[in-house]
Amino acid sequence: MKLQVERDPLAEAVAWTARALPARPTAPVLAGMRLQADQELMLSTFDYEVSAQATIPVAADEPGTVVVSGRLLAEIVRSLPAKPVDLATDGTRTTLRCGSATFTLMLLPGDEYPTLPDMPPTTGSVGADAFASAIGQVAIAAGRDDTLPALTGIRMEIADDTLTLVATDRYRLAVRELRWTPVQAGLNMAVLVPARVLGDTARALTTGAEVAVALATEGESAGDGIIGFEGGGRRTTTRLLSGEYPRYQTLLPSEFSAVAELPAAAFAEAVKRVALVAERNTPVRLAFAPGEAVLEAGTGDEAQATEAIEASFDGDEMQIAFNPQYLIDGIGAIDSDTARISFTTPTRPAVITGKGEGQPDYRYVLMPIRSAG
Amino acid sequence: MPDPDDSALDDSGCGILHVDMDAFYASVELRDRPELAGRPVVVGGMGSRGVVLSATYEARAFGVHSAMPVGQARRLCPRAVFIPPRHALYAQVSREVMAIFRAVTPEVEPLALDEAFLDVSGAVRRLGTPARIGQMIRAQVHEQQGITCSVGVASCKFVAKIASARCKPDGLLVVPAAGVLDFLHPLPADVLWGVGERAGQLLARLGLRTVGDIAHTPLATLRHEFGAAVGGHLWALAWGRDERRVVPRREEKSVGAEETFPADVSDPELIRRELLRLSGRTAHALRSAGCVGRTVVVKLRLASFKTITRSRTLAEPTDVAREIYGTACLLYEGAGLDSGARLRLVGVRVSGLRPAAGASLQPALDDRPSGWREAERAVDEITRRFGTGAVRPAALVGEPGGVPAPEGPPPPSKTHGEARILGNEPRM
Repeated sequence: MKLQVERDPLAEAVAWTARALPARPTAPVLAGMRLQADQELMLSTFDYEVSAQATIPVAADEPGTVVVSGRLLAEIVRSLPAKPVDLATDGTRTTLRCGSATFTLMLLPGDEYPTLPDMPPTTGSVGADAFASAIGQVAIAAGRDDTLPALTGIRMEIADDTLTLVATDRYRLAVRELRWTPVQAGLNMAVLVPARVLGDTARALTTGAEVAVALATEGESAGDGIIGFEGGGRRTTTRLLSGEYPRYQTLLPSEFSAVAELPAAAFAEAVKRVALVAERNTPVRLAFAPGEAVLEAGTGDEAQATEAIEASFDGDEMQIAFNPQYLIDGIGAIDSDTARISFTTPTRPAVITGKGEGQPDYRYVLMPIRSAG
Repeated sequence: MPDPDDSALDDSGCGILHVDMDAFYASVELRDRPELAGRPVVVGGMGSRGVVLSATYEARAFGVHSAMPVGQARRLCPRAVFIPPRHALYAQVSREVMAIFRAVTPEVEPLALDEAFLDVSGAVRRLGTPARIGQMIRAQVHEQQGITCSVGVASCKFVAKIASARCKPDGLLVVPAAGVLDFLHPLPADVLWGVGERAGQLLARLGLRTVGDIAHTPLATLRHEFGAAVGGHLWALAWGRDERRVVPRREEKSVGAEETFPADVSDPELIRRELLRLSGRTAHALRSAGCVGRTVVVKLRLASFKTITRSRTLAEPTDVAREIYGTACLLYEGAGLDSGARLRLVGVRVSGLRPAAGASLQPALDDRPSGWREAERAVDEITRRFGTGAVRPAALVGEPGGVPAPEGPPPPSKTHGEARILGNEPRM
């Protein structure tokens, strides 16, 4: 293999591909990044769960395929000066030259490198930025507890041209609907994608205008399915999660007894401030009355904080308590200057949405905290 | 008994106390059976493999000592009264004794149920000299618990421990800071901590019989013979140097229950049922104490006596049997027992306690507003009025009497058509 490539596209592609490197490789070769040079340079990583592949449109002087330490390559490329990079393989080593710096990397056994899963046929496509922000909005509510694996996923529901993303850790539930362009009309299906992978993917795939989503579940049990995302010369696949997902629709309150609207940024700032005195697992308490919301945290035995902010409020006076972090997550996730909170009772879930007419495309459902007296 | 007010005893700088109960288990048993006082009494396992756990000084006079097979003790002292152990009782007495210590100083380091180090240097102004404090503790233990203890008073831990052993039973011994070497050096070498059987043989081979002999051996020789660490340690102790501080350990805040099966059990259904019962008792105890806890601990003792403990910390503290039981089942299933493994004992415990009042609770979205907590509180109330076992989980209905009455949750009702997020519904 022999080729020359500009530093910037190489650095970006290597950094992106390196994200899928396993922290604890189950086989030494999986710590490697595969470089395939021909009409273009293709970089790959794979740990049998997640694969990542980036392509740089640069033709090789001599085609070839090598596997080198991914971590090391990423660190080296990140530190290079802004000059063209020469890559050349000689026997068991690859030499990387950039400016007056020369690195020699040992090759990992390329024939032991696993075959990356094929990208399934494209199911549909969605705007990269919209997709990334939608995933960011729901990923915050995904569970992190590996003993409930289904909850560590984001559920993607496809109903013709509507894509619904759902995540819940049992204490809050985030639902986002967005339009997408399915390849085939009338498609109805739902899959469960690891939230961590999907979150990473969303952040990383924004270089292209569109993300192609590719699903393979048919004819196999759900656990064997994979999902692929492709856009801007990059693609990633991940295994789908299996397991039953809660019937979240029944958790979405449909009727409300009160609605408050607050300036989102000021509200989030106020919650952060009063939460400074809220000890672990203790709530921030909110009292809503027409024109005003009073936030409180802490106890008489310890420190206390209180702050009042302007709020429009419609309904019976409401006193309710939330986990401050969950509340801040929700306020931060709405795509609006005004946060609208809809209540039923102080012990039933409240719903945070942005301000707007009709059915909001994003809903963050939060279970209040109760005092265990 | 040495007089603590003897002006010859200079206890200044002797802030460390080692308090050791005298023949603890046997003394506790004698409390309930005063007619046995003055007779040789042995507490020990009654089975064929039982060993002596505790023996009165009358029994020790016949050569009976702890860890000796009970059979051998019977041969040595056929007249002795043999009593099976009541561990729960000893633990209870121990807690009360430790509470006496903790009223003196928070710096209490329990070594076992029946002994502890106390650093009383901070209590001198309030309560008097270390010797006086030692005497006060002895008096309180005797008055409140009806058993005796011995107290060693010294400037460091290991000297205090040796001192308490040398004034037993029912004694108090002060080793003045200036008199440590006079006290230590004539003692046999094996009083030093860390002298096991092998080191003891080595000491004997080197002709080092007393602590003084060790002290006067060149450090290099000790290091050469015992290794750098052990050699240096022996030499430091022989010169009365022990820098270890009293490390207070808070009383473990936990609530739990355990049950030894009459016969070993391998049926997972029976084990789960026992976990259900124990979870009910634990939750009831939590609610009675007004506490909630975050960490559920399951103890599984195999027929071979191998004991497995598994714990899991919940996202939210609980006092609900259903939640404790659900976690206990996960822990049991995840313990990696061979199928058919026979269990001798199971236990359920909740730690990480804090007062329920003021504790806030993050319910899950799919928790019903009136859930298990309310149901179990209702059962508490029924139990209070109609007696234990008036209401019990369906799985425990029809159990024979004599078992500790379950104060667990009512039978689960199937709720159809209601959303339940995965994982919070323990299998019955």
